[in-house]
Amino acid sequence: MAGVKLERVNKRFGSTRVIDDVSMAIGDGEFVVFVGPSGCGKSTLLRLIAGLESITNGDLLIDEQRVNNLTPQERGIGMVFQSYALYPHMSVYQNIAFGLKLAKTDKQTVDERVRQTARILQLDGLLERLPKALSGGQRQRVAIGRAMAREPKILLFDEPLSNLDAALRVQTRNEIAGLHKRLGSTMIYVTHDQVEAMTLADRIVVLNAGHVEQIGTPQELYERPASRFVAGFIGSPRMNFIHVEARTGNDRGCRINVPGVGERDLPQQLPADAVGERLELGVRPEHLHLTPAAQGEGVEVVNVEYLGSEAYLYLQMADGELLVCRTEAPSRFERGERVTLDFDADKVHLFDGEGRALPVADAARRSDRHSEQAPT
Amino acid sequence: MTLRTLKGIVLKIGFWLLVAVLMVYAIFPFYYALVTSLKPSSELFQVSYWVDSVDFSNYATVLSQPTFLAAIRNSVIVAVSVVLIALLLGLTAAWALGRVRFRGRTTVMMIVLGVSMFPQVAVLSGLFEVIRTLDLYNSPGGLILSYTIFTLPFTVWILTTFMRQLPDELEEAAIVDGASPWVTLTKVFMPLLWPAMATTGLLAFIAAWNEFLFALTFTLTDSQRTVPVAIALISGGSQYELPWGPIMAASVIVTVPLVVLVVIFQRRIVSGLTAGAVKG
Amino acid sequence: MATRQQAATSDVAADMTDRAFLQQQADSPRRERGTRVRRRRVRAAWLFLAPMLVVLAAVAGWPLVRTFWFSMTDASLSSLEGGQFIGLENYLVYDNGWYGIMADPMWWQSVWNTLYFTLVSVSLEAVLGVIVALVLNAHFRGRTLVRAAMLIPWAIPTVVSAKIWAWMLNDQFGIINHMLLGLGLIDAPLSWTADASLSMWAVIIVDVWKATPFVALLVLAALQMLPSDCYEAAKVDGIHPVRVFFRVTLPLIMPALLVAIIFRALDALRVFDVIYVLTSNAASTMTMSIYARQQLVEFQDVGYGSAASTLLFMIIALITVVYLYIGRRQLGGGS
Repeated sequence: MAGVKLERVNKRFGSTRVIDDVSMAIGDGEFVVFVGPSGCGKSTLLRLIAGLESITNGDLLIDEQRVNNLTPQERGIGMVFQSYALYPHMSVYQNIAFGLKLAKTDKQTVDERVRQTARILQLDGLLERLPKALSGGQRQRVAIGRAMAREPKILLFDEPLSNLDAALRVQTRNEIAGLHKRLGSTMIYVTHDQVEAMTLADRIVVLNAGHVEQIGTPQELYERPASRFVAGFIGSPRMNFIHVEARTGNDRGCRINVPGVGERDLPQQLPADAVGERLELGVRPEHLHLTPAAQGEGVEVVNVEYLGSEAYLYLQMADGELLVCRTEAPSRFERGERVTLDFDADKVHLFDGEGRALPVADAARRSDRHSEQAPT
Repeated sequence: MTLRTLKGIVLKIGFWLLVAVLMVYAIFPFYYALVTSLKPSSELFQVSYWVDSVDFSNYATVLSQPTFLAAIRNSVIVAVSVVLIALLLGLTAAWALGRVRFRGRTTVMMIVLGVSMFPQVAVLSGLFEVIRTLDLYNSPGGLILSYTIFTLPFTVWILTTFMRQLPDELEEAAIVDGASPWVTLTKVFMPLLWPAMATTGLLAFIAAWNEFLFALTFTLTDSQRTVPVAIALISGGSQYELPWGPIMAASVIVTVPLVVLVVIFQRRIVSGLTAGAVKG
Repeated sequence: MATRQQAATSDVAADMTDRAFLQQQADSPRRERGTRVRRRRVRAAWLFLAPMLVVLAAVAGWPLVRTFWFSMTDASLSSLEGGQFIGLENYLVYDNGWYGIMADPMWWQSVWNTLYFTLVSVSLEAVLGVIVALVLNAHFRGRTLVRAAMLIPWAIPTVVSAKIWAWMLNDQFGIINHMLLGLGLIDAPLSWTADASLSMWAVIIVDVWKATPFVALLVLAALQMLPSDCYEAAKVDGIHPVRVFFRVTLPLIMPALLVAIIFRALDALRVFDVIYVLTSNAASTMTMSIYARQQLVEFQDVGYGSAASTLLFMIIALITVVYLYIGRRQLGGGS
């Protein structure tokens, strides 16, 4: 088991920069998930760590040792592929044993390890079967078994659940989480599915266009996104973004004008010279508050989605933007009704023109200003 | 309505007629060779479409000739060796060309393609010299070597095509498992490529079995000839005294194994031919 | 080009490693030398290619060079090494009149024969091949059997098929003459292989019989990949089947048909076996291959024969290059 360190790692394909100056440190035994939209470079980054791609420049360290020029096997990694990539002509036993045999492990040890792996993954009865005689979930477990049989220092997963159906995905997700707890090995996991990322990760790395947007625990990412990109990517339904204008601003907070809501004081620090700039306000669906409005006022509820435990309301803003609001179910409002919007000022996010989150003034001042704030 | 049914019937009859004509066209020559070979020499010069009484004397004549038996033996040795060599060299080359990108790969592909278009005559004198230098003239070894000029290129092409279709992740899994290229090729890919290898081997076998120009030029004595040369050189006193009965018997003997192979493996052959050609 | 961009921006195709490596080498002076895996793979690739390249060099490259060389000497079969360099005299020389291959009417006759044979037989094979493919593409009982039967002519050794046809075309006892006489199409038996005006046709008949299945199979493969929806659309629109064939089917199978035709043409240009067996060295069917081999082996004149071989090689190389050029241009324009 070991930590992984990336220091200013770059990867170019010709003139295309696929990975752009990525640095991070992954602790021993940590479960880290790389997440991002397709094409963000998350799989490439994983393959750089695996040794399947060469690093253009920068350093990759495993256990404090530079491994840029080592083969995957020498790096001590195991990898689970998206398509499973089981050897079709080998039985489950042979699949798991293949890497061990190549490592010149003696026969008895191979047998012990294979059986032990199979036990952990509940593959005991399937050892003599060929991959084609297995279900999708079983194949997935064999792929994991093959990756972990050599007891690698680091286990890599490349979108391992994307070929499974929804029910099996949840189950396998839980199994992987359990496995991590049990083995305690360092795991790096790539997915485009933020739910997988949130549920599995100790820490999440959000990637966008080859660079790291933010690294943090699921809660940090959800509550304190560093950028508009992270804010929009993490959370379902997606965070609402409203164009707002800054009225006043200093290092203790700011006042903004929200169309259709009015002026509000927020705890975000805003340099005075940024006043008047267009900003974006980010509000999670559960932080929008609705009150009935008179005819011709407020905004219209254009759709209501009933999900049983909760309901999503879609609101049409004056500029055509759709906002989504998460409320209890059944909803108090119906399609066509008009509502007035509001939100918790201390739960919203403010993003500048470049999409960076504006920092929140520290807590003392924040409660200060809260008392000053006049009720609307 | 009746007019339309009538038209349909006519079309249907026309279609089946066409199928029948094509079948006869394809099969009749071989059938006729069979019929001729089963006639006693006395009836040979009476044209007939079927055999009244089966007579194996022509076969007895052919099979009692030691040179013909030697020719069969030579053909088998040559064809089997050529297949094995072509598959071995073709498989390793196909891995390199199909799964690794490296500088010069396209050039190698072009060379292979170029060689497959070589007219055999173009290298006849140079190859003759090579074979004599290696002391392989008038021996199966010379033919085995020279036949690689046409079997190797298409073996490489077809196997490369199949090799490319294998998923990338399979090879990466092997790399992560610590497999060297040789282990990946022999332990992971080869078992998956058996069908392709069977197809390619079959095509190489047929090509080697049927080759004539090199066999004619690079062998001298009856004992070293292959079957096509032996059949081509069966002769009587003059052109009008050609022993047609034994010739047809010999033709049937060397063709039957091929026909059986083709009928059994027709699907594979078709896929191999198309895989080899689509690259064009 | 498109695929390169796709692979670079999407989450990676396996071989990107390698391609990227090449480009890195090209445009970055401070390059990382790629992973050990990659280096090992490239080394293995050359190692794996080496046996094939050595063999091809021994049986194709070197002999070709030697043939070039021989074509400029007066070497004979009995003393290959004893040949003296005589420049281009084997090709053309003036010595009180023009001598050399280029001045040999027999050579020009064989060039003409080869081209004539290629043009006629390949055209016939293309037309017949398409017809056979269309039949095999129809759904009917026994299709597999018919397809297997169609493969038989292809599998029979050329020498054997030439012998069988020689027997069938035999002037006195041949079944073809027997049939034609029986049908009243001819009054007297034709001597197919001996008559100078007929022998080329005899050769073409045999070649067409043997090679049509190859064309048919390639076309059939293309037919089976055609999308069925445009046929259904044509059916709905009530377009006549013949029109559908020329407007829809033919353009779509054209690439496959062209591949088959070029393969066949290259084969036909170097035709040897069938003619050697059927008509031997007769002038009326003498082709370039026959001519070259006759000079080389029968007349033992390696220099002269090699010159003929070289010319044949150049003609085929020229056709191949033109084909590749056109093919590449079509590919470039198509995508």
